[in-house]
Amino acid sequence: MKFVANAEIAARFADLHPALDACAAVIEANRCLNCFDAPCMGACPTHIDVPRFIRKITSGNLAGSAKTILDANVLGASCSRICPFEVLCEGACVLHGKHERPVEIGRLQRFAMESFYDAGGRLALRQRPERSERIACIGAGPASLACAAELRQQGFAVRVIDRRELPGGLNTHGIAEYKLSAADSLREVEMVRGLGVEFEVGEVDAAGLAQIESESAAVFLGVGLGAMHRLDIAGASKIGAGKIIDALKFIAGYKTGSRRTVGRRVVVIGAGNTAIDAACAAKRLGAESVTILYRRERENISAFDSEYEHALGEGVEFVWASQPTAMAEISDGLGLYCVAVAQDETGKLIPVAGSQFDIECDMVIPAIGQSPLMELLAQIPGLTMKRKRVVIDRATGQTGNPKYFAGGDCVNGGREVVDAVADGKRAALGITAWLSSQSNTQTEAQRG
Amino acid sequence: MADLTTNFAGIKSPNPFWLASAPPTNTGEQIMRAFDAGWGGAVWKTIGEQVTNVSSRYSSVDWNAQRMMGFNNIELISDRSVEVNLRELAEVKRRYPKHAVIASLMVESKRKAWHEIVKRAEDAGADGLELNFGCPHGMNERGMGSAVGQVPEYTERITAWVKEAARTPVLVKLTPNVTDIRTIARAAKRAGADGLSAINTINSITGVDLETLLPRPNVDGKSSHGGYCGPAIKPIALNMIQQVMSDEVDGAPIPTSGIGGIGNWQDAAEFLLMGCTSVQVCTAVMHYGYRIVEEMIDGLSEWMDAHGFATLDDFRGKSVAKVTEWQHLNLNYKIVAQIDESLCIGCQLCHIACWDGAHQCIHVDRVSGPIDGPVELHAKPHESGRERITVTPIAKLDPPATHVGPYATSLERIPRVDQTECIGCNLCSLVCPVERCITMVEQSTGLAPESWAERTKATAELAG
Repeated sequence: MKFVANAEIAARFADLHPALDACAAVIEANRCLNCFDAPCMGACPTHIDVPRFIRKITSGNLAGSAKTILDANVLGASCSRICPFEVLCEGACVLHGKHERPVEIGRLQRFAMESFYDAGGRLALRQRPERSERIACIGAGPASLACAAELRQQGFAVRVIDRRELPGGLNTHGIAEYKLSAADSLREVEMVRGLGVEFEVGEVDAAGLAQIESESAAVFLGVGLGAMHRLDIAGASKIGAGKIIDALKFIAGYKTGSRRTVGRRVVVIGAGNTAIDAACAAKRLGAESVTILYRRERENISAFDSEYEHALGEGVEFVWASQPTAMAEISDGLGLYCVAVAQDETGKLIPVAGSQFDIECDMVIPAIGQSPLMELLAQIPGLTMKRKRVVIDRATGQTGNPKYFAGGDCVNGGREVVDAVADGKRAALGITAWLSSQSNTQTEAQRG
Repeated sequence: MADLTTNFAGIKSPNPFWLASAPPTNTGEQIMRAFDAGWGGAVWKTIGEQVTNVSSRYSSVDWNAQRMMGFNNIELISDRSVEVNLRELAEVKRRYPKHAVIASLMVESKRKAWHEIVKRAEDAGADGLELNFGCPHGMNERGMGSAVGQVPEYTERITAWVKEAARTPVLVKLTPNVTDIRTIARAAKRAGADGLSAINTINSITGVDLETLLPRPNVDGKSSHGGYCGPAIKPIALNMIQQVMSDEVDGAPIPTSGIGGIGNWQDAAEFLLMGCTSVQVCTAVMHYGYRIVEEMIDGLSEWMDAHGFATLDDFRGKSVAKVTEWQHLNLNYKIVAQIDESLCIGCQLCHIACWDGAHQCIHVDRVSGPIDGPVELHAKPHESGRERITVTPIAKLDPPATHVGPYATSLERIPRVDQTECIGCNLCSLVCPVERCITMVEQSTGLAPESWAERTKATAELAG
């Protein structure tokens, strides 16, 4: 499916941060001390060799710089847009120790990656023999893309299956457009396709999974999480269509151009990174007021500080320590009935007596987490789940069923794209090692 | 406030900062603006038979995103007539009688030609003459510039011709493109030169354009070697100045105007400490303009005040005798590296520099290994960061990263010097990006000072 970016959306969601120009990039790159065993490299889940790619920027070797990044992280372009650098590479930069601002690793990475894509964005396959085994990756999000790319580099035939028309998972559908556009995400997917990865569209059910398993030497589960939790309060089920919409659907809608309007007054429930993205998007789509309602305090939010600050800058308001109890359609939109809550000694949230208040709005966007894809995952014998997450061997990605490997949100409950990429790549290496050991075992058995 | 007035073999100027003979001293209008900005003197762009210049003329070497660490030119002497130059020189002297205006001269190697140009320059009011025996490009192909300055006999003969006619002090400008600059300085002294200027530019090709494969600068598809100057050449200049200022052959050292990469007061102070009477600046002015002299005057004055130097003579030449031949250095002096852990930021540049570029005595084993004592078995440099499984920390879910040790930087990142193996080379302290983090501390060897010369002499006596 050919994706055409919507011009109005592109205008409303213009790049949040300007790219570095070539001269500024070289100056910034020269700030890098080129640490040995650099802490930034260790802090990156995909262990990008940061000093190496930065040094290549200083010498004008932009192709080499980009390949250094891609060698570690095939989604280096999207990560350069969306990683929370301040808690990763830039947080580990030794310049903090000199009370200097860290090297702007994220922007330098973006500079190298954009130079790469602007020049055509093709990655060569390593010199290696093609292998006969076929491997399936379920889900076309970052974990699967990283796994598939590495598997192709190892010589396997790889197909990626996703229920959505557009591949890329949350990179394409779930990230604020001003950070990473759907078009840029798809450009990265095309690069992975260029390695020889096949993409298929289709819902994978129990029968489908059995079929895939029989055709594949190994299966990678990069399925992510399932639908968002529903807002389970009195009256919610009676609200008319389109007035309650979960954050991910809301974000995917505007990113793919199918949604260009929003309610006049919007309430977002929850204060994670997705809630922030949805709230800011509502503002940019034209909402007069956007309020984030959160049941705990500022210091408890799971959104990164930078995201919170950004939301304030966009004009999003926050109501702390409050939760909705009921809602109803009223003459002028929606009535959201709320109550202030406080923690008791055990940490449990209890309503504060007499603290009821109402918020009038036109649209409610719940962003209160996703549930795992229990139905699909329950079909796989031997697969174990713990705290609603697939249990894997951390080093190899292998699940309780040795033929199945997993990574990304279905394993970690929902973290960053870079974590999913690291999982996917580790799993690809895990699959390679496991299949090699299998064939060795077979050979030995034959020799008997 | 310190007194910066300068008397260079009779040429007086309000301060030791002169503009070198170059594009910034091309015209009278420029030089007057320079004097207004604070320059104490100017050596006029070399006057001689009018030339035709090419374009382009300059190229440079950038380093670590800094422009013009080194600068190169293929420009010849003044492309304006002798008449115009000398008319403007007279005008400058009339308006700025207290500033030093020195005429840089270059004519064909004939006695009469030199006598004539000397007379004309002095008649115009020049306070002194600088003989351009240094230009390393173009003019040397015509038997002038460095073609003279590279041969002691030519230098001596032409300097002598000039001295026959000159009434003002005569400076010989030395080219560094020789095996031993002292041989040329001695020739100048023998001929009776009143002073020296050193150094001129160094033969150079600054680089090659990797798209067109053309060396720089490009003159219609061809290039030519030029003269290199700017910050990059300061150490070379300083060494040559030291050589000249410590050389007693053919007479005591004569006043010298130091040139070569001087861009601020610190550079200037170093040249004065190495014995220079004045300093000349070109590249820094071409980069930033005449205004930089304010900082040079101010910085030098502040430094002199802080050190109790009332006049330039109070510190001039104080560092010359501190340079000696290697054979006289004390072999029994030992220093070792010491890392201040409270300042270390954990970049480990000292570790890898010592390992790959020095003597393998800085280790990264603060957590697992012994902290003191000799280490016989060296673990190879090792990138441990790559092996960890790392995830993006979520404040609410993940504990903060473990921190080992009492310092701001975790102990596992702070390298350790094995002082029993350290040979005191300085490399780690040079690569360390933190001021005062790595210091070299003296370690008593318990031995009396002994130089190589003394040791070989003693050995020879024993054998004898």
